[in-house]
Amino acid sequence: MATPNSPLWEVFIRSRNGLAHKHVGSLHAADATLALQAARDIYTRRGEGLSIWVVPSSAITASDPAEKGMMFEPAESKIYRHPTFYDVPDEVGHM
Amino acid sequence: MYTQALNTSDADDRNVEDATRAAAFQARIDADDRIEPNDWMPAAYRKTLTRQISQHAHSEIVGMLPEGNWITRAPTLRRKAALLAKVQDECGHGLYLYAAAETLGTSREELVDAMLTGKAKYSSIFNYPTLTWADIGTIGWLVDGAAIMNQIPLCRCSYGPYARAMIRVCKEESFHQRQGFEIMLTLCRGTDEQKAMAQDALNRWWWPVLMMFGPPDKVSQHSDTSTKWKIKRFSNDELRQKFVDATVPQAQFLGLTIPDPKMKQDEAGHWVPGPIDWDEFKQVLAGNGPCNRDRLAARRKAHDAGAWVREAAAAYAEKRKRRQFAQAAE
Amino acid sequence: MAVANVEISETPLVLYTLRRADDALILGHRLSEWCGHAPTLEEDMALANMGLDLLGQARELYTYAARVEGKDNDEDKLAYLRDVRQYRNLLLVEQPNGDFARTMVRQFFHAAFADLYWRAMMQSKDATLAAIAAKSEKESAYHVRHSSEWIIRLGDGTEESHHRAQTAIDDLWSFTGEMFSVDGSEHGLIDAGIAVDPVSLYPQWLKTITAVVNEATLALPASNWMQQGGRGGRHSEHLGHLLSELQSLQRTFPGATW
Repeated sequence: MATPNSPLWEVFIRSRNGLAHKHVGSLHAADATLALQAARDIYTRRGEGLSIWVVPSSAITASDPAEKGMMFEPAESKIYRHPTFYDVPDEVGHM
Repeated sequence: MYTQALNTSDADDRNVEDATRAAAFQARIDADDRIEPNDWMPAAYRKTLTRQISQHAHSEIVGMLPEGNWITRAPTLRRKAALLAKVQDECGHGLYLYAAAETLGTSREELVDAMLTGKAKYSSIFNYPTLTWADIGTIGWLVDGAAIMNQIPLCRCSYGPYARAMIRVCKEESFHQRQGFEIMLTLCRGTDEQKAMAQDALNRWWWPVLMMFGPPDKVSQHSDTSTKWKIKRFSNDELRQKFVDATVPQAQFLGLTIPDPKMKQDEAGHWVPGPIDWDEFKQVLAGNGPCNRDRLAARRKAHDAGAWVREAAAAYAEKRKRRQFAQAAE
Repeated sequence: MAVANVEISETPLVLYTLRRADDALILGHRLSEWCGHAPTLEEDMALANMGLDLLGQARELYTYAARVEGKDNDEDKLAYLRDVRQYRNLLLVEQPNGDFARTMVRQFFHAAFADLYWRAMMQSKDATLAAIAAKSEKESAYHVRHSSEWIIRLGDGTEESHHRAQTAIDDLWSFTGEMFSVDGSEHGLIDAGIAVDPVSLYPQWLKTITAVVNEATLALPASNWMQQGGRGGRHSEHLGHLLSELQSLQRTFPGATW
């Protein structure tokens, strides 16, 4: 007999080093409270985190890889947004 | 990871094979690009990966049983804590891997059902029994050692979610093999009885462990396409050789004898094992290993005994949703 | 050849520490029996985490008991070389896992007590016990959280889960009184500010239990009859089997190092 599916959650952890929450993996849980506890029990066993977010996977809206060109390539030619685009003489020092 | 969010929207023609797409896909693989869940991929790539990742997941979960057999009998509190933590890690690894497999569009429940009904395979090594405490040392030392050989190349596998799961698994597994070797070393430095226990375990596990790398290259079914798709980066025989070369000196250090009188060291320094009994491998794969039935029965029992708990959690979640909805409507 | 049991000089502090160590070991052992067999993979992880917490507490407490005793004993001798009559744990923690409801109710009853107990013990005049308490309190607090969420879901889930949870409460209730009993060996330690008087924790414990049980649409039994005996080494039949498994290697290969 087929087993009914339980909801899938995405887990994000903010680690000790002060960086933003980062996606670490997924889990199954019937509700948000159980999902949060499971995230703690699965993804922070080695002291990895100080904060956890769980998000229903179904709540994520993702960009379409087929639209990669339209979405991301226009940014590649805007090289003047990067500091290395500009010439500053060495003697001025770090800027 | 993103399964339900992404793959259910694939109602368009993405899965239709066409030569241009297939060529573009292969070009990405050749350029060492990572394939991600929502990318177009050949149906055979999806199928191969679903099978391989879910088999890997099943192996982690079934693999909890032979070692779990000794958690309640671990001989010291330190060993008990380490073993419980290790078997728990395996559960976590199974969980990460199911999640990676799910990104290809099959739910964990379906994958698990395929295992419980005997349709999906898991690693044959777990169909052997753990008879003594030395088996726990040997599994850590050799089975985890072999698993690491297999898994490290998978950290660079072409499928992103699988590679990422493997990076996490390999990081966590680093203590497993050391734990096993330490148990073996303690036994080998212990009483005569303990050393005999260690040798006996090595005798029983050595050949099944060599079989973990799969059939010899000349008869392996999946290797060609898997190599082309960069799911597999080394052949079965290459990995097996690497493992044997790493293990023989460790056995010598322990003062144990590898149970292979035909093993020889070649001119290049490689240890060449004697012939492997592939009939045994086929028998175990076909369900005739010493523990196949016990392992499946244990997983089915846990699954069936847990059904009412999963139903209760789902029922409560439904009730809570309804109550919150009613509250909001007031 | 059997290994002789270790002799223990059960001074009040040694006995007191051993009792808590035995509670943690036996409950941790019970939880470890679930490994590989839980209702979901997620819960398998959770049960092992709680088991590891308790095992860690047991190790610290045994090590301290051995140090206070000042003889040749250590954590493993105390855990592996005492027979059932020398074990001092609560009857509650040795009760078999049964179904998931029974395991969770047992965990909840004990953790709700342990959390209050360790919080109070953080004020102990004994620095080691206070330090162990500070670590254990955080662990117990999570055990309360985890088990109470499950009690609520099982009680307010399906008809079957409700029935199973209620049966577990009814069957385990009579083992809860022992957590709050004090015998002659403990009065001196309580008066000296080393040990906690568990009686003082009862009202808060009952409040926590009642709140969760009510939310779970379950009920506490009316009976006030409470079993006693574990603290004095008079156990249920279950403990002997647990110990025969736990101690099998140490008993079969006397004097070996593992």
